[in-house]
Order: sequence, then C-alpha cells, then structure tokens
Amino acid sequence: MVCFQILAAAIGAVAVVLVLRLWIVLRPQDVVPRESLNLLVVAGSGGHTTEILRLVGSLSSAYSPRHYVIADTDEMSSNKIKSFERNQANRDCNTMYPQYYIHQIPRSREVQQSWFSTVFTTLHSMWVSFPLILQVKPDLVLCNGPGTCIPICISALLLGILGVKKVIIVYVESICRVETLSLSGKILFHLSDHFIVQWPTLKEKYPKSVYLGRIV
Amino acid sequence: MKCLFVTVGTTSFDDLIACVSAHDSLQIIKSLGYNRLILQIGRGTVVPKPFSTESFTLDVYRYKESLKEDLQKADLVISHAGAGSCLETLEKGKPLVVVINEKLMNNHQLELARKLHKEGHLFYCTCRKIPHMKALRINNWLCFHFSTLPGLLQSMDLSTLKCYPPGQPEKFSAFLDKVVGLKNKH
Repeated sequence: MVCFQILAAAIGAVAVVLVLRLWIVLRPQDVVPRESLNLLVVAGSGGHTTEILRLVGSLSSAYSPRHYVIADTDEMSSNKIKSFERNQANRDCNTMYPQYYIHQIPRSREVQQSWFSTVFTTLHSMWVSFPLILQVKPDLVLCNGPGTCIPICISALLLGILGVKKVIIVYVESICRVETLSLSGKILFHLSDHFIVQWPTLKEKYPKSVYLGRIV
Repeated sequence: MKCLFVTVGTTSFDDLIACVSAHDSLQIIKSLGYNRLILQIGRGTVVPKPFSTESFTLDVYRYKESLKEDLQKADLVISHAGAGSCLETLEKGKPLVVVINEKLMNNHQLELARKLHKEGHLFYCTCRKIPHMKALRINNWLCFHFSTLPGLLQSMDLSTLKCYPPGQPEKFSAFLDKVVGLKNKH
C-alpha cells in the first residue's frame, strides 16, 4: 500500500517536472545569432515533398547540413530529394559535394488506417525517431503536414524537455489548407515555435499563426 | 496537334481515369478538337488500353520522373486536386480543370480547388455521369456543385481563366533567417 503511494507520488512528480519542462521549452525564446544551421526536413508523400522542397530551395547555403526524413515506403520522395539536391549543387558552385543525408523512419499512419492501430504505428515510429533526433541534434526542424512529422517533432521536443538541446520547430501548413488545418497542423499548432499558414482565412481563425502570403 | 493531359499525381483515382477514357467522354474530347489524350494514372487499378489511329492517340503511363514535358505540350490539363499537380500546371500557364475525388476522407482537396476557382484560375467538378445538384457536407460546410466532367468540358470557356501569380518562397526564407538568427546572405 505504502509502496503504491510512493510510486504514485513519484510518477506524479515526474509528470509535473515534464509538464514544466515542456512549458519552458515552448515559451518564446531569444534569437541566438549564428552563422550556419543544422536543418532537419520532414518530407511526406506526393505534394508534401514538392512543397517543402520549394521552401528549402529558397534557403541560403547557411542551412547545411540538411537531413531529410522520409517514410520508409516513400521511394518517390527519395528520388525527388536527390534530384533537388543535385540541381542545388549545380547552381551553387561553392559546394563541392551536396551536404545532405536521407533518413527513413516507419510511417506513423497510412491513408485511411484505423485510429486504434495508428497509436501502435506511431509509437513504433517514435521508437525509431527519437534515436535519430538524438544522433542528428538539429538546430531546426521544418515540416509541412504529413503524419511522419509527428514522431519527429515530439522527439525534437523531448530533446528540449530532457535538457539536451532546444530545437526550433517550424511548421508550414500546406497550401491545400485554405479553411481548415490538417490533423498534424492541429496538433503542432500548440507544439511548434513558428506556425505558418498560407491563406488569410486560416490567419483569421488562428491569430497566433504567421501569415506571409502564398510561399510555394 | 491539340493535346489533353490527365494527371492524378501519386494517387489512385480510378473514377477519373474510367470517366475520361469512357466512350462518350472520348467522343466529347474529339469533338472539342483534341487529337491526343495522355493519361498519367499513378497508383490506379484502371488501366485503359493505349491506341493510335490516324486522327487520335491515347497514351497511358503510371509515373515519370517529371511531368514538365507533358504539361508543356498540353492545351488543357485535367488533374486531381493535389497541390503539386495544380500548382505545376498553373505556373506553366496551362488551363486547368480539377476533378475532386469524392472517395477521399474529408476531402480537404476541395478547399484548394474551390479557392483557386473563386479567384478565377481553374474550373472544378466531380466525375459523376449524371449531372445533378448535390449537397456535400465537407468539414461542416454545406456546399453545392453540379458540374460533371463531360458536361464541364463541353460548356466551359477557357478564355475566362485568369493568370496565376506564383508563390513567393523568398518571403519564407527572409522570415526564417530572422527567427533563427542568421544574417541575410542572399
């Protein structure tokens, strides 16, 4: 009985500490000046990858090295990324070799997969994502909506919660989302540092989001 | 040679492929002056048989590394409502008809098609055979639309479509440089 009470108190204390740490991590932080940035990009299937590569294509060479994370069943995205990086290297003659890496993680959820089984597949993705994030220790995570980004962003948050590193999470909602946020968007609206929308209707609904116009 | 290009991106959209390759649709397409129809069918299970006659050619394929060439030679593009397909087409200045896949959950693709249609950049419809007014509840919005693909192809006026201004990713990079503390290196 006493053991149970001690255990309950310990769990409670750990939960309180974690929530407090999460609150500290999510607070607006001071901007730290820097010369370069270790970037992690989550690429989803089809249009998600096209959109995110347009955004990455606009960034300077200071965003290097670039780590791309894709779902393990996504062959298309891998090819698109390689093609994109080849073109970037051709344009930027200073770079001898493209500074990028592609990592694969299990997909958290297939289209139309049941929500019940999604809990298990997401946990499986987390099991792989966290060691990856721990190894890469990105300065910035950039994503735009595929389910693949949830375990990655939660892992990035955990790095902050555990005091390892504060990772900046930037979420750009897909241009497809005019009136409503995606499921990933609804979750990450509360967990990201900067949440960007591309239509004024969404900015009105979510005043804390950032609206820069159409950026893809 | 007047060319019609149909694309479903990386998805499966059997209803669209079946609709556009059906006999009566092909008759309409021919009557509109097209002599080439290219179907990019993605993951679909409906695979029409390609053929070539003196006056008309039907090409069918699943994927290409880049759709640039087919988009370039198209006089009209019919596409699923995926953002990538829509934006690539609009940026090439090609007339675009977007077909909504009603089998997709919540059908969020309709939001973009409706917005771009409202701004005058494209036409959109479903591929139902019988034109009728249908009420759809999508994300708690009750919307009505009564365009079917064959009907729309016959009635639309492509000259009313407005040019699509491209997006501005440089605004994103300027914003990101600022918030991560990078000095502007452009």
